Amino acid sequence: MKETKKYWKGLEQLQKTPGFEKYANKEFAQELPLGDSDGETSRRDFLKVMGFGVAAASLAACETPIKKAIPYVKKPVNVDPTIANYFASTYHSGSDQTSVVVKTREGRPIKIEGNKLSSVTGGGTSAQIEASVLSLYDQERLKGPAAKGKEVSWEELDANIKSELATASGPIYLVTNSLSSPSTKKVIEGFKNKYASLSHVAYDQNSVSGQLDANLAVFGKRALPSYDYSKAKTIVSFGYDFLGTGVNTPLANKQFAESRRLSASKKEMSRLYSFESILSLTGANADYRTPIRASEQGAYITSLYNTIAKETGGQVIDGLPSIDNQILSKAASDLLHAKGSSIVVSGSNDASIQMFVNAINAMLGNIGATIDFERHQNIRSGDDKAFGQFVKQLSSAGGVIFYNCNPVYDHPLGSKIAASLKNISFSVATTDRMDETNSLVSYLAPDHHYLEAWNDFEPVHGKYSLSQPAISNLFNTRQVQDSLLSWADMGVNYYDFLRTNWAENLASLSKKSILDFDAFWEECLHDGIFEPETVVTNEVDMDLSVLGKAAFNITKPSSFLELVIFENGTVGNGIQSNNPWLQEMSDPITKACWDNYLTVSPKQVEEWGTELGDMTTQMVNLTVNGQSLKLPVLPQPGQKYGTVGLAIGYGRSVAGKVGNQVGFNAYPMINVDEGGQLDFNIYANVTVEPTDEVYAIAQTQTHHTFMGRGNVIQEATLSEYQKDPQAGRHMPKIATSEGFKKPTAVSLWKGHQYANHHWGLMIDLNSCTGCGTCSIACQTENNISVIGKKEVLNRRDMAWIRIDRYYSSDSNGDSYADMEIAAENPEVTFQPMMCQHCNNASCETVCPVAATTHSSEGLNQMTYNRCIGTRYCANNCPYKVRRFNWFKFHDNEQFGDNLAMNNDLGKMVLNPDVTVRSRGVIEKCSFCVQRIQSGKLEAKKEGRRPVDGEITTACASSCPSEALVFGDMKDPKSRISKMLQIKSMDKGVEAQEPRAYHVLEELREMPNVWYLTKIRNKDEKKEAANAHS
Amino acid sequence: MSSESVIREPLITGGKTVHDVTEDISRRVEEKPTKLWMLAMTISLGLLAVGAYTVFLLLWEGIGMWGLNKTVGWAWDITNFVWWVGIGHAGTLISAILLLFRQRWRMSINRAAEAMTIFAVICALQFPILHTGRPWLAIYWMFPLPNTFGSLWVNFNSPLLWDVFAISTYFLVSLIFWYIGLIPDFATIRDRAKNKISKSIYGALSFGWDGAAKTWSRYETVALVLAGLATPLVLSVHTIVSMDFATSVIPGWHTTIFPPYFVAGAIFSGFAMVLTLMIVTRKVYKLEDYITIQHLEMMNIVIIITGSIVGVAYLTELFIAWYSGVEAEQYAFLNRATGPYWWAYAAMMTCNVVSPQLFWFKKIRTNIAATFVLSIVVNIGMWFERFVIIVTSLHRDFLPSSWAMFYPTFVDVGVYVFTFGLFFTCFFLFAKFFPVINMAEVKSIIKTTGEKAK
Repeated sequence: MKETKKYWKGLEQLQKTPGFEKYANKEFAQELPLGDSDGETSRRDFLKVMGFGVAAASLAACETPIKKAIPYVKKPVNVDPTIANYFASTYHSGSDQTSVVVKTREGRPIKIEGNKLSSVTGGGTSAQIEASVLSLYDQERLKGPAAKGKEVSWEELDANIKSELATASGPIYLVTNSLSSPSTKKVIEGFKNKYASLSHVAYDQNSVSGQLDANLAVFGKRALPSYDYSKAKTIVSFGYDFLGTGVNTPLANKQFAESRRLSASKKEMSRLYSFESILSLTGANADYRTPIRASEQGAYITSLYNTIAKETGGQVIDGLPSIDNQILSKAASDLLHAKGSSIVVSGSNDASIQMFVNAINAMLGNIGATIDFERHQNIRSGDDKAFGQFVKQLSSAGGVIFYNCNPVYDHPLGSKIAASLKNISFSVATTDRMDETNSLVSYLAPDHHYLEAWNDFEPVHGKYSLSQPAISNLFNTRQVQDSLLSWADMGVNYYDFLRTNWAENLASLSKKSILDFDAFWEECLHDGIFEPETVVTNEVDMDLSVLGKAAFNITKPSSFLELVIFENGTVGNGIQSNNPWLQEMSDPITKACWDNYLTVSPKQVEEWGTELGDMTTQMVNLTVNGQSLKLPVLPQPGQKYGTVGLAIGYGRSVAGKVGNQVGFNAYPMINVDEGGQLDFNIYANVTVEPTDEVYAIAQTQTHHTFMGRGNVIQEATLSEYQKDPQAGRHMPKIATSEGFKKPTAVSLWKGHQYANHHWGLMIDLNSCTGCGTCSIACQTENNISVIGKKEVLNRRDMAWIRIDRYYSSDSNGDSYADMEIAAENPEVTFQPMMCQHCNNASCETVCPVAATTHSSEGLNQMTYNRCIGTRYCANNCPYKVRRFNWFKFHDNEQFGDNLAMNNDLGKMVLNPDVTVRSRGVIEKCSFCVQRIQSGKLEAKKEGRRPVDGEITTACASSCPSEALVFGDMKDPKSRISKMLQIKSMDKGVEAQEPRAYHVLEELREMPNVWYLTKIRNKDEKKEAANAHS
Repeated sequence: MSSESVIREPLITGGKTVHDVTEDISRRVEEKPTKLWMLAMTISLGLLAVGAYTVFLLLWEGIGMWGLNKTVGWAWDITNFVWWVGIGHAGTLISAILLLFRQRWRMSINRAAEAMTIFAVICALQFPILHTGRPWLAIYWMFPLPNTFGSLWVNFNSPLLWDVFAISTYFLVSLIFWYIGLIPDFATIRDRAKNKISKSIYGALSFGWDGAAKTWSRYETVALVLAGLATPLVLSVHTIVSMDFATSVIPGWHTTIFPPYFVAGAIFSGFAMVLTLMIVTRKVYKLEDYITIQHLEMMNIVIIITGSIVGVAYLTELFIAWYSGVEAEQYAFLNRATGPYWWAYAAMMTCNVVSPQLFWFKKIRTNIAATFVLSIVVNIGMWFERFVIIVTSLHRDFLPSSWAMFYPTFVDVGVYVFTFGLFFTCFFLFAKFFPVINMAEVKSIIKTTGEKAK
């Protein structure tokens, strides 16, 4: 039957107007407001984002959480659901600061990335920086101001404080960590102008006051120079852990890795000597590491000084303690061969020792070449002596203001400060959470978290970094500078003050022609940094005459038990103690978490008769100058016999639920002399009494040697590499009827054809310093659960990427039992290990429900929804990278330490692109599939192929030393394809880079993760290390 | 020269008549429960209750209640699973293979052995379900069921899926075989029943058995057909269970010897378990005339043979590990024997290889007490065998950084206890309410003429 009736929706359809026709066949007749995350506009509309932030944050922070999803009535521009916005800002904690980029989703900061534009940091981050985003959402932050224990309004607080300031009898102190913020310094100046009795004292937890004093004496500048390790051919470190916990570790790691990177066109690398008592990250990366007593450091340095002086025509000083050490002579000769391209550093806080270090560097011509005093660092400027003076006078002070610092806990004189605070009626603290100091003060004026605040920094002289809020303040807190401004009645808010300061003092430095200040400001805000070009003359005045006097003060080697107090690479100085990500991060060296402990040489442990079990040890009583601590012992290969080590940052009493009573407080053990000078090495009056008390230390790795397995760790020395780029490679062959073949040549598998992308990851064992930043970046990106000490003891840590740390053994390979014992001074190898995304994955075949499958782009995918949790895949994974959800780790009071998943505020940090895994399923590294997906979508939207470097994993992006390179192996122009010299084969790809290898190659798993052999710059190979393979 | 064949020892002693058989066996079903039975049942239910509490904890809290960790993903769970499945094997072997080989001595023990098989398989089945992270889904996602999830299907490559098919087939065939054998005996009890309730219950259970010649003929045909079906299962089930390990890449698992070695081990442990149970049952139920020393001796001989096969397999594994030249493989076996779990390996070697050799002595293999003790020793050994294979292979595999120890928790023990409770509760119920010896078959082998005619 013929259709006669015709229905139409409107006249437009009936008349077929061109306007109608245009959209008639589209799914949506109107243009969809698709998100545009073009950087320019997102910055411009920043305040609107902030507005949304207030709404989102306050909704989540309410007492009764509102579970309804409410659509926008009026959508803020550039806040599009599922579209991330990025803001440049600056991380700061204590004295440290780093330029970062903050990723926000729906107004919530969820991830910190390095700022690749910053020459101060080199674009990397550290574990503490990565983890700091969780501290923002810590429920235990102060919710508002308080006066004498009562909550008050800011107006009330201001009135109280102003009247106290006005009536205070006696000097008022403003106590801070090192400040490098030019605008903040100006605010403080203004504050001082208003209150003449105010004086400012600064200290650093990990003080370098001695070095600053030495620099003042020798170079006339009380500042820390900038080092350039990338230019150094020879680096000699005396107990200075520049890679793990030194000043600005991201840059140090980047530069060091640069000096170590090898390629067909660059077959030279730097050589690192380390003379230290504890095994630090720097020592672990050293080519030649010599364990020395802490008291011997002076003698080593003066010996080196005299050797160098003799050769360079410097002033040889007689009567200095001297040491005859082969490695030291070798270091001296290497240094002399690398004049102007070497660095000598010391971690000592003794000015006399540092003067000799300065002199050595000066004689070698390093000053101005690898050591830059003109572009000096402002990150540490604390003065031990001034602070000691302050502590003495504190009890008679009229008042004290603690500006974001916690000296009661993190200064060795903390107990004296605490005692004096009782006598002071007027005391203010501005930290954003309760701590040991502000629980003793009368007024609390809590500061914003750095992600909520405006600020500026000058970490390196002449290089600026801006901080902008990525979210509006979650609680009723106030930026500390605003507090100072209002107490000083300066009638301006800090944002305007900051802008004005930049307009008046910085804008003129810009070489670019500036149309107006707004444009300049926006550019700085967008980049997060302002690094005006200036002419560097590199001229320094030098006065080596001070050495004569310093020579008398050099410590003589002692023979008593010595204590070395150090900072570790996880919780650091303890400011972020309440951050469970850091607490659960396994220490790069000891692989322990949730604790500090006495590191002791295995020989000493045996002498003390300490009984060691599987993750259990015994406690000892450590007494130092009358201070006593009962703490557990951890045998540490590489620790100098006769010394013990203890990390600061633990044993907090008022840190919060997570950080309280974790470990033992080492700060009071630090030696303070009459003048207030700190010494982190204690040479005398250290006694240890073993006890029978058993203690469990949670470690994520308990087998420490690689048992000579050449299919796991492949290493060679530089000279071997230069002769044969394949040196150290372990190349298993499989016997077939046609003779021996490469494992990849024999297969039951059909192989995979990848039409579009083939993702791969390359890990250069030579660049990896083992710092572990990647593991926290991964934890943040992928919503990885924190499980607490008890479950780590049960060996259930959830890390998707772990750093396997192997010690060499002295065994000749005859007995497996001997191979299990680490050498007394071992060579250390770090091997990041994550899902290898095998092309012939043994996990994929064994899953009964096909919950883990291979993607069309080479990824091994995990479908959580489908997983029933047989754990067969985990058992059958030769790399043991699969992790099981043993319990429900989210929304479960038993796992209260898992802050990111157990309260509504904490949950704001979760990455909405990644599922929070339920109980009973397996999880593992996904190659950050969500990042791949969003990168592909972005490219698709713009109608192009993804550009290399645009898509990268969280680990690779955070790695300060760029040891991890992620990319598309299908794209011949990608960085990974070029570095690995990828060649396409009928069954997958093959890397032609001679150093590239697969771990456990003979299993024919054909991973998409490639490792490059570790090359040590040693003259001869340590015999035993590889004997078995 | 003429020769006269030796008159065989009668399989049933004591000059039992057909009526005696009916009386002796049916009496146990018809009498009031004895105090001893009540006591045994109470203990079993107690074990079941305690075990059920730990099962509850496991289901409520998660697999973390066990001592498993990131390195050792299976331990007691799969050890117990394989152990129970192995135990089940004897029943099928006795009833199917021995039926096909016309071994008539099997007739007095096959009923109980088959019951044991079924209960053991039920116990074994607890573990594949309980060991999963999400048992509420595992229980049906493991089957290739049509679903609305799109093209979502099970993974036919996975040995765990093969397990699902192997065990479920095995369970069903064994159950049907056992039940069909029970029907004539149920009919006997039905006919003797004095009260209505038991008459109707046993009436229903006996499916209207009428004892006609045609019925008997069909019964025997079905028994033969099922025996034919069940025979390959004896070999296939444990072969497939062994493939869970053999098809993996883990050194110590990745071994082609596993299928025959597992089957031998299964029969070994199954016979040991049958012995343990039979020795108690014959004593308590005074069935010495039905289950004679000769029966025990025959079973002990099977134990010597299978025990020796297992022993040879252990040594072969060690040899092949050395011969392979594969470092991880060599280390796995050296570590097994001399590493931190040396004691488990030593227990396995002693119990499984050394102890059965005692049965070469006729005195020992015909001694009831010795047989009883050794039958338990064998099963301890077989538990350790699975523990050694699973845990010592996993705890130190390829990357030394992941090497770890496994420590069981009370929930590991509790769930094992749960299956014991389940097993014995089922077995005691069976022993009380079902005829423990196949009356119909036994009647065919009693010597009604021999002794009396003399």
